[in-house]
Amino acid sequence: MARFTDQRDTVYKVDPEHPATKDLPILRTEELLLNMGPQHPATHGVLKVILDLEGERITKSTVVMGFLHRGVEKLAEYGTYHQFIPHTDRLDYVCAMYNNFAYCRAVEKLMNVTVPERAEYLRTIVAEVQRIIGHLFWLGTQALDMGAMTVFFYTFRDREILLDWFDELCGARLTTSWYRIGGVERDFTDSLEAKIRHFLDYFPPKIDEYVVFLEKNRIWLARTVGVAVISAEDALSFGLSGPTLRGSGVDYDLRKYESYGAYPQCEFSVPVGQNGDTYDRYWVRVEEMRESIKIIRQCMDQMPKDGPVMADVPSVTLPPKHRVLTNLESMIQQFKLFSQGFDAPPGEIYCGTEAHKGELGFYIVSTGGGHPYRLKIRSPSFIHMGAFDHMARGYMIADAVTIFGSYDIVMGECDR
Amino acid sequence: MHPLAERIQGRFADGVLLAHEWRGDLAVTVKRESLHAICRFLRDDPAMDFDYIVHVSSVDWPDDEERFEVVYEVYSIRHRHRLRVKTRVPEHDCYVDSLTDIWRGAEFMEREVFDMMGIRFKNHPDLRRILMPDDFQEGYPLRKDFPLQGKGWRDTFDFLNEGAA
Repeated sequence: MARFTDQRDTVYKVDPEHPATKDLPILRTEELLLNMGPQHPATHGVLKVILDLEGERITKSTVVMGFLHRGVEKLAEYGTYHQFIPHTDRLDYVCAMYNNFAYCRAVEKLMNVTVPERAEYLRTIVAEVQRIIGHLFWLGTQALDMGAMTVFFYTFRDREILLDWFDELCGARLTTSWYRIGGVERDFTDSLEAKIRHFLDYFPPKIDEYVVFLEKNRIWLARTVGVAVISAEDALSFGLSGPTLRGSGVDYDLRKYESYGAYPQCEFSVPVGQNGDTYDRYWVRVEEMRESIKIIRQCMDQMPKDGPVMADVPSVTLPPKHRVLTNLESMIQQFKLFSQGFDAPPGEIYCGTEAHKGELGFYIVSTGGGHPYRLKIRSPSFIHMGAFDHMARGYMIADAVTIFGSYDIVMGECDR
Repeated sequence: MHPLAERIQGRFADGVLLAHEWRGDLAVTVKRESLHAICRFLRDDPAMDFDYIVHVSSVDWPDDEERFEVVYEVYSIRHRHRLRVKTRVPEHDCYVDSLTDIWRGAEFMEREVFDMMGIRFKNHPDLRRILMPDDFQEGYPLRKDFPLQGKGWRDTFDFLNEGAA
């Protein structure tokens, strides 16, 4: 019957009053609104996207977020600078170390604190380990979103090794809070150094292993090559950063542009894509893991064998733990630094750090005293979602998941 | 004075109120009326070439006559320089011109500022709340007069009783 064909003309020509057809339901031909999420397993948190569909193609998308909004920026105004470090763990809960790093760097810029050399190396090594963890997590889940389950098990096997190091380093796998303003909480143990050295040889062949699963996989290629293309100009205009921007061919990497930590002493290259599609963003991340291994290896070789891991600025930085436990004055000092905070000079700073998702920045306004007057978190996930509508238009419903997957989105950071 | 600030001042003598450099960050405070023109100049002038928008933020100064401060941070990939553009907004006339037509990423960032601080953006294509729920009636949470605990709306929620379900 004409009514159930998908030829629209036929449907529209049916006379609704005709006795033969008037009781049949009318086939709807207008655009369909599809509500995706918030509890969708592939949204990496709680994200809702309303898709306007023409058949299976997306004509418009509206992002609805805020389901994980916890008011972190407001909370920051009510705590001291030291007290805020554990809150940063909960931003991007997959990669807490880099959030700690970005925050501590911002406060150090505000307080003009210089970090000792060994601490800089330790920070850089852990930050790069965290970058590898982040990319492994991304690779596994992105492949899983596209139905390639095997990769997930391989990447999570290796991610587990690295998380065990964090456990050994600071007692936590995910919410680490290992970085401190002016240094780090504690030094590496000898066994940890040996494990890192072993991993440096173990890991590069594993990268090739993951790649084999994907780069010759026809489904993976069909779903990534040429999907969600964004030009370099658009990507910049949207404020994209990290691998999402570098996939489009812009070599913006704060580790090179505004170098920090021990990165100036390391030789590494910044992988840059060409086409700005999902495949290039994937490729950039895989290559970055190889570069991270290079950076860690150089840091391990160049690092001073011992030395302080915390700056000696008693008005700002915490006293060493052993002194806190044995010395009354140190305990009072630690107590006062946490409860009252240090006296920050009035002023405002912005400090951006190249986290594995993109530029994670902290904008701090201080009016003096122990609390930030205003603390703004420039989170890459939030800003990347701003480009979602632009990138999703014209692609299929199934691509929607891979598009925001290719930003490496984590809603905890997006909604703050 | 910083050469960048000098160049902006040379072009917009009336528009720039203050240029300030601290800890290596250059911040320029501009008049609200000239914000849009100055930002367009920042993006299009070859010596400026600020093609990358970093963040849009806002600060509340309840004791000041012009209560709110809107902060734009921009970066130039080619010249590798960074600039913070600030403007002040009074509470009774709380709007600035949207910069969405200059940097497209400003759309979400400005929506967040509207959501959190209640500053309106003229000519913004889709100025709605973004992080707080659409039916949030308590005002703007990042204002200094908003209590940390909220104003009691969430205490009125009905939660499902597990025993009854």
